[in-house]
Amino acid sequence: MIHIPNPEFRRRDLMLSAASALLVAATPASVMAQTLPPPAGQGGGQSAVIDVNKARVEPIPIAIPDLGGGDGAGSQLGRQIAGVISADLARSGLFRIIDPASFIQAGPSRPDAPNFQNWKPIGAQALVTGQTQTMGDGRVRVEFRLWDVSPGKQIQGTAYTTAQGSWRRIAHVIADVIYERLLGEKGYFDTRVVYIGATGPRDRRTKRLAIMDQDSENNQFLTDGSSLVLTPRFHPTQNKIAFMSYASNRPRVYLFDLDSRRQTVLGDFSGMTFAPRFSPDGGNVVMAVANGGGSDIVMTGLGGGGARNLTNSGAIDVSPCFSPDGSKIAFASDRGGDQQIYVMGAGGGGAQRISFGSGRYATPVWSPRGDLIAFTRYGGGESEFDIGVMHPDGSGERILAKGWLVEGPTFAPNGRVLMFWRETRASGARGEGFSSRLYSVDITGFNERAVPTPTDASDPAWSPVTA
Amino acid sequence: MLAFPARPTRRVHPNPGTKKMNIKILGAFAAVGLLAACADQTTTTTTTGTVHTVGPGSQEDLVANVGDRVFYDFNQSVLRDDGRATLDKQAAWLTQYASNNVQIAGNCDERGTTEYNLALGQRRANAAASYLKAKGIAAARMTTISFGKDRPSQLASNEQAWAANRNATTSVR
Repeated sequence: MIHIPNPEFRRRDLMLSAASALLVAATPASVMAQTLPPPAGQGGGQSAVIDVNKARVEPIPIAIPDLGGGDGAGSQLGRQIAGVISADLARSGLFRIIDPASFIQAGPSRPDAPNFQNWKPIGAQALVTGQTQTMGDGRVRVEFRLWDVSPGKQIQGTAYTTAQGSWRRIAHVIADVIYERLLGEKGYFDTRVVYIGATGPRDRRTKRLAIMDQDSENNQFLTDGSSLVLTPRFHPTQNKIAFMSYASNRPRVYLFDLDSRRQTVLGDFSGMTFAPRFSPDGGNVVMAVANGGGSDIVMTGLGGGGARNLTNSGAIDVSPCFSPDGSKIAFASDRGGDQQIYVMGAGGGGAQRISFGSGRYATPVWSPRGDLIAFTRYGGGESEFDIGVMHPDGSGERILAKGWLVEGPTFAPNGRVLMFWRETRASGARGEGFSSRLYSVDITGFNERAVPTPTDASDPAWSPVTA
Repeated sequence: MLAFPARPTRRVHPNPGTKKMNIKILGAFAAVGLLAACADQTTTTTTTGTVHTVGPGSQEDLVANVGDRVFYDFNQSVLRDDGRATLDKQAAWLTQYASNNVQIAGNCDERGTTEYNLALGQRRANAAASYLKAKGIAAARMTTISFGKDRPSQLASNEQAWAANRNATTSVR
């Protein structure tokens, strides 16, 4: 029997988004959820919670047969949905998807009354059942049930409805529910990643703002490549991105509205503005502003008003990032000589250095959980690059990924996974051998995986949970 | 008519870096000969033998006869002696061509992070612009920009390429 960490789970029994699917393709369609009643006589059972923060927990064996349907279109969608759920869970490294070839009972059984004798012998601890129906109005309805195989109890039952073209989103929502019900923390599959896509030789690289689902699907380029763009970040609650563009040969921070696709300059500063990041409440942006021989951390409202300096050290202060409770800001600075990570109050002042290991420290990013700060480290003994995490007081430093160049960690919204980019060394004078690609890694340092993109890629930023 | 340009050395400043150029130019004159219409221009030949002109005060002139960039040590924005010498020549050139405005772009090697290198590149551009200003070039004639590590001039991943990519590059706008 598996534990049920969160029997009162109802988060998804809500309308997930008010955004219209017709508005703009960059905006995900809404998914409606409705609770399915458990089979008669069943309540929720629970036992001890697996501590997923321990490295290398044994993956949970789960069987995910097709969520079949009554018609041809429904059957095909049901197969695709099961595939997306399986891929999401497998990629997390925390689930073992049982090979459908070993299923004793091929094909769909009654979704509300599976025969558990078919699932116990193949080692399934958890089982997913369901059915998929295409509706006359262009929508699709997916009934989903999650079962604890050993006692034969339903853990979750929900029906989801959305536009048929957005079926992938239902699959991600279901994968999030499975993850949360079985592991006790929120999933991160119904999310997107904004990044910089790059093509062409490095001395005249074309860089475009791009967005995709976290599983690399639905990739779209948001800018045309006519201006160099860098360092995008998601707004915590709205469909907006802050990024840097060299439009008009003036490098400045812009806001990009994913609904209208309009971009607007943020604020009015004489010097370059760069390295933007939203405040947790979404009301402000904190960024770096070039000033003389250095750069200052500045906070400004989304309309560009109310700008004020949070640092004024004369050094390079850069890469600011709020703590999730909004009370502190981590940033990188060379005020002490080499570049290191500092933490100060959100109003500025009281900056304390927290990085003391070998080499230079950069790009501090606060975990959404608040317990870790991820960073890029380089220029130490081996002169290579590392991605690591430390506690906000600087203790407990751990390196999660190493390489010729690894840079720019970003947390999944549950704080469990980091994405970053990895470059390979150019071996020839024309840059042969160079590549730049996205990767993800568990915060335990295990399960590093390539994140496919259609072109070279850098600067990933994970969205909050799509809402 | 066999003619020489009226002012064949007009674009040249007395510095060692132009010696090679002068020889090349004389060779071009010998080969071409018909330059009567080019009183205001100097001429070079390329290796393929085609003739093109370098307008005095042009970007090509700056690159060929003055030096368009200064170089920095790793993680530094302090001007070196060779950089100051180049900027002295740039200041004289900008004084001579007083209608030229320039952009000074700071660049970095790939051994740093994007965001820090944006700031470091700006620092390098500022260091060059400040030096030129101290040599009498009006601040209004100069703009600065940083490309961080995003516009390397050499694409290899080695010390030689990195040294070349740590620069502030002046271009006529």
